[in-house]
Amino acid sequence: MANELRLVEAIRQALREEMARDESVVVYGEDVGVSGGVFRATQELQDEFPEQVYDAPLAEAAILGMGVGLGATGFTPVPEIQFASFAYQGFHQLVQHASRMRSRTRGTLGVPMTVRMPYGGGIRALELHSESFEAGFAHVPGLKTVVPSNPSDAKGLLTAAIRDPDPVMFLESTSRYRAARESVPEGEHTVPLGEAEVVREGADVTVVAWGAMLHEAMSAVEDAEADAEVVDLRTISPMDSATILESVRKTGRCVVVHEAPRTGGLAAEITARINDDALYHLEAPVERVTGYDVPFPMFAREEAYRPDEERIRRGIERALSA
Amino acid sequence: MVRDQVADFSVEYVQALDEEGDLDAAQAPDVDDDQLVEMYRLMRLSRRADERAIALQRRGESGTYAPAIGQEAAQVGSAIAMTPDEWMVPSFRESAAFLTRGAPFHRLLWYAMGMEEGAEVADANFPPAIPVGTQPLHAAGIGWGHEIAGERKAALTYFGDGATSEGDVYEAMNVSGALDAHAVFFCQNNQWAISTPRETQTRAETLAQKAVAAGIEGVQVDGNDVLGVLSVARDALESAREGDPVFVEALTFRRSMHTTSDDPSVYRTEEQESEWETRDPIVRFEAYLRNEGLLDDDRVDRITDEIEELLADEIDRAKAGREQVVPAEMFDHVFAETPPELQRQRETFEREQGDGEVASAEEGMSGEERAAGGEVSGRGDVREERETSEDEEVSGRGE
Repeated sequence: MANELRLVEAIRQALREEMARDESVVVYGEDVGVSGGVFRATQELQDEFPEQVYDAPLAEAAILGMGVGLGATGFTPVPEIQFASFAYQGFHQLVQHASRMRSRTRGTLGVPMTVRMPYGGGIRALELHSESFEAGFAHVPGLKTVVPSNPSDAKGLLTAAIRDPDPVMFLESTSRYRAARESVPEGEHTVPLGEAEVVREGADVTVVAWGAMLHEAMSAVEDAEADAEVVDLRTISPMDSATILESVRKTGRCVVVHEAPRTGGLAAEITARINDDALYHLEAPVERVTGYDVPFPMFAREEAYRPDEERIRRGIERALSA
Repeated sequence: MVRDQVADFSVEYVQALDEEGDLDAAQAPDVDDDQLVEMYRLMRLSRRADERAIALQRRGESGTYAPAIGQEAAQVGSAIAMTPDEWMVPSFRESAAFLTRGAPFHRLLWYAMGMEEGAEVADANFPPAIPVGTQPLHAAGIGWGHEIAGERKAALTYFGDGATSEGDVYEAMNVSGALDAHAVFFCQNNQWAISTPRETQTRAETLAQKAVAAGIEGVQVDGNDVLGVLSVARDALESAREGDPVFVEALTFRRSMHTTSDDPSVYRTEEQESEWETRDPIVRFEAYLRNEGLLDDDRVDRITDEIEELLADEIDRAKAGREQVVPAEMFDHVFAETPPELQRQRETFEREQGDGEVASAEEGMSGEERAAGGEVSGRGDVREERETSEDEEVSGRGE
């Protein structure tokens, strides 16, 4: 059985099913209750689960810090940060406490928190509403970072994240929330964390992307001359190197696409891993198609900043022509 | 222009036992004789434990330690008011509170020796929080959980006067008030945030009034009066258990250094120190217990001997544990289940440590991994041994 859902609806379904399954799951955040969240991801959930869905005071450090206390003492907190760019106001709670509680107590306490955050550009939002900080989260030992690219994965990955005993940063591409309806399995559906997926098989070049950029990449390869293989990374950290390496060993070429700034971005890490373990399979340098090292521009310029089909296609051409 | 007054507030101050050890019965908590003597023993134990920990650091046998000397009444009086299954959420200066809640001293030493083993949670104690003022939010979360679950319990968090300048402390009080979190915010105003005195920390007349803006109750107590602290802490916990969080400001004084890396003589006068010496929490409580006939020289000597014996055993245990440190365990518990890349890093580490040879690329090793790991000695503490006796009297000043 499957139904046709948008990504935001798939997320709501995962939250509903997990709250019904496990009463320790507590959903809270700014405006998530009565109004159902700024993107309506939690719409009507408070009516269904009045003991499990709460509006929180406007305080990101508190939302994340309370998650540490809740999570370490028996709850499964699923806080929402209204926009990922406001997680910075609670970033210290993630770095200083949530991520290291298990390690510093040698396993006696853990924080099974899943932080849901709308992220990325493409919806003409206000300044500081569109940043992509996945590399920042990925750099913190003890955090997992997940970015679904389609409704089915959104449900499956969020379910897995909520059930995961460790803190998971769950980044939801704002531009994908209502982009398309797709088939989503009804009932129990999990997608394991830490596993990438080959979403298109090909022989000439590997394109690695995630979230909203996965769709740009798919459009780009449809028009490209080459037979491209596309890997949806899905979990940023811990990263599934094996799937990427296997693909690159086959194609000999790789293009990594992300919306985040280039320097220190995940493309750099992926390139390094390819160098470590598949260097001699490469027939061309790994290409990066990324955002620029500038603050995410306000929306009059955001299309110029974000990698699009054309830039990705040029990246593929560079990889093929080398 | 006539303006209407729309709010008014006051801050109450509580003292049960004055500096001479005389009791104000109206403020005194109901405590039986055995508990009174036990509280005295715990304060003495904590004082001596801190002295021993400082001496170990001076000898190079331990790392940085943050003593609670002078704050024993604030910690023992509040910690003993909690039930054993209520969560304590401490900062890094809560040795007396940990000991009161039954944590063995060797665990505190392990933490000072740089071992995560010391932060393994025993019973309902959170590990020490090193960042200043972040942990009150954890108590808010725990306390909110009690509200959600309908449990008649409260979480108590410790922090200092400096922490009240941090935004998280206000956020914690504010969200606790808004969400009826079962939380007690126990501020030990020990007058110093390292070298920054209380007056430089804030223009607020009291720290307790910081609760007012969050809409929760704030109260001051003489933090060197263990009975006043117990009384206030009991009331605060009772209130919190009903969903009304409380902020307690315990006025006390850090008699020794911020940590063993600090030298208070740089910023503090001997006059200030001797002034607070007369308000010492142990001296005052002992005078009271002697007046009540609960202590005499014999009993005090017996307690002293028991404490020395206990601490000697615990120090031996800490040292023995330090010898058992396995470096590769740093890879354990980063996640509940170790991801492939981390497992690979661990295997590389163990291989390189095992035979001291650098593994090759053919073995599936990355250049980065080849470069790393060779320098790990496996024994954390390489401080120079000094000739100071462990039993040397500790002045409370840095060297």
